[in-house]
Amino acid sequence: MMPLLQIRNLNLGLKRAGSSYALLHDVSFDIMPGEIYGLVGESGSGKSVTSLAVIGLLKKPLQVLGGEINFRGKNLLALRRREMRAMRGRRIAMVFQEPMTALNPLATIGRQIAEMYVLHQAKNWSEAGQLAVEALASVRVPNPERRAKDYPHQMSGGLRQRVMIAMALACNPDLLIADEPTTALDVTVQAEVLKLIRELCAERGTAVLFISHDLGVIAEMCQRVGVMYAGCLVEENDTAALFANPRHEYTRGLLGALPRMGSRLEHGRQRLVDIDSVIEDRSTLTSRRFITPRQDIAAQ
Amino acid sequence: MTEPLLAIDNLHVRFPVGGGFLAGPRRMLHAVNGVDLELAEGECLSIVGESGCGKSTTALAVMGLQEPTEGTIRVRGKPFSGPAAPSRKERAKIAQMVFQDPYASLNPRQTVWTSLAAPLKLHGMASRFEIADRVETVLRDVGLTLEQARRYPHEFSGGQRQRIGIARALVLEPEMIVLDEPVSALDVSIRAQIINLLLDLQERLGLSYIMISHDLSVVEHMSDRVAVMFFGQVVESGPWSAIFANPIHPYTRRLIATIPNPDAILGDARKVTDTPQPAPPHGWVFANDGASIRDVMTPPDPSELVEVETGHFIRLSHA
Repeated sequence: MMPLLQIRNLNLGLKRAGSSYALLHDVSFDIMPGEIYGLVGESGSGKSVTSLAVIGLLKKPLQVLGGEINFRGKNLLALRRREMRAMRGRRIAMVFQEPMTALNPLATIGRQIAEMYVLHQAKNWSEAGQLAVEALASVRVPNPERRAKDYPHQMSGGLRQRVMIAMALACNPDLLIADEPTTALDVTVQAEVLKLIRELCAERGTAVLFISHDLGVIAEMCQRVGVMYAGCLVEENDTAALFANPRHEYTRGLLGALPRMGSRLEHGRQRLVDIDSVIEDRSTLTSRRFITPRQDIAAQ
Repeated sequence: MTEPLLAIDNLHVRFPVGGGFLAGPRRMLHAVNGVDLELAEGECLSIVGESGCGKSTTALAVMGLQEPTEGTIRVRGKPFSGPAAPSRKERAKIAQMVFQDPYASLNPRQTVWTSLAAPLKLHGMASRFEIADRVETVLRDVGLTLEQARRYPHEFSGGQRQRIGIARALVLEPEMIVLDEPVSALDVSIRAQIINLLLDLQERLGLSYIMISHDLSVVEHMSDRVAVMFFGQVVESGPWSAIFANPIHPYTRRLIATIPNPDAILGDARKVTDTPQPAPPHGWVFANDGASIRDVMTPPDPSELVEVETGHFIRLSHA
């Protein structure tokens, strides 16, 4: 099967007259159709800029310095602005961490969802309004007809994030980018929103690039995970294998730094791993990057 | 049993919401609704719950930053709230607070040294040597260097700022520290360092912590006792091992079950969700079973905390 998204040696950085500063170093990974792929890493590791490069929303002075982003066989980096705009929203959609800043405070949410159908599917407004109500129902917003007339500030954080998901999935995109979609939510609401993303994407066969700093959320959502550190993809594996058998020392440190539910009951309180004491020099880490199961087999 | 360090007895905090002149009668939001808690010396008590459950308001009441509407807070049997409460200066030597966002809680125009020395001067420490001595000690305690103390808060990373926040709380040698989401804003690797630091300090200095948190994995790791709050009330409290190994109240179970748990996908599934819901004792039902959001207008059902095993309480109503 052809990968839906194929990122090859993506280099990205800050570029000003004469000088450039690299933020991503040769990042490569594939996402298969319908797959949920997780990118996990700490602040500044480069996971969010990777996603912005995919959806074409990098702002100067940030820019792609090299590599390819192939989506359904087409290099997105070679597309014209207009072509990329048509791609965004219809084929590739995005859900952000803070729904309140991503929604227009002056328009009802019904209208904001309807806009997707008007822009991308050339529907008229009344038809689009009906579709918007259906979209709200599909993300399990209670009373969708009445809720469509609400403004964003009238909704709770969890409901707003559902609205964002309804908008993102309105045109049945092939790829959904979810950048920390539940970080701002309470745990019980988070559980509901994660379940919703998982179910809707499975139903529609939408692939997801799921970005999070929370290893627990990643474990729950993703089939495969890439671990990012300092602009490099340092390890990639099936989720279960990555957690059971982390190979890269950074991944091992990261997992050891995590308080695990149930571990204290079983083994007593263990001191959490301090990554800085395990790895003396963080800068040497990235030279041994990108460990995949394949490379491991090759090495043996 | 020895006297607890801190005793919160029947704490109520109500806020007026809406209403007022021409808009009809004011409604009251019952943010904290009859909370009883005790903190033993050297113990870490965690208060967990979701946004709006009243955990932060409870902490503010302990710190004297929110006047209780009803109820008493005592430290070693002496009033710590109300008219007989000690002055702010005296309180500062007993209880201190560490906030979630260390950057917002540090004065951007003062060097770390100035921020740390100010409370000492205010409390009558006059000798410069004494002050320098104390500041150096707390800096070492939290793992910062003397050179770093000459810098301003914006020159530090998030983890270092939280270390400064902890140093500031420690400088007057308080007996208890209220930790309000102390590691929620930090990255995984930094979070581990701060958790280790807090546990080391607790052991070495004999500190008592009240930790407010929504992150149950951190709570399980750090706490001695846990109180679960739901809509202003404690619905379950007990030793950490009882809460995590044998949660009884439906809300506690739901909270634990919704934590994304990496070990769950490795086949080592959560035990809590597998075991059937235990039945409340005969003649009782669970109060606020955690399924619905209570209207701010409705008074809570008469309910009480019932001890199900030593030190493990759940909130029940008469059936």
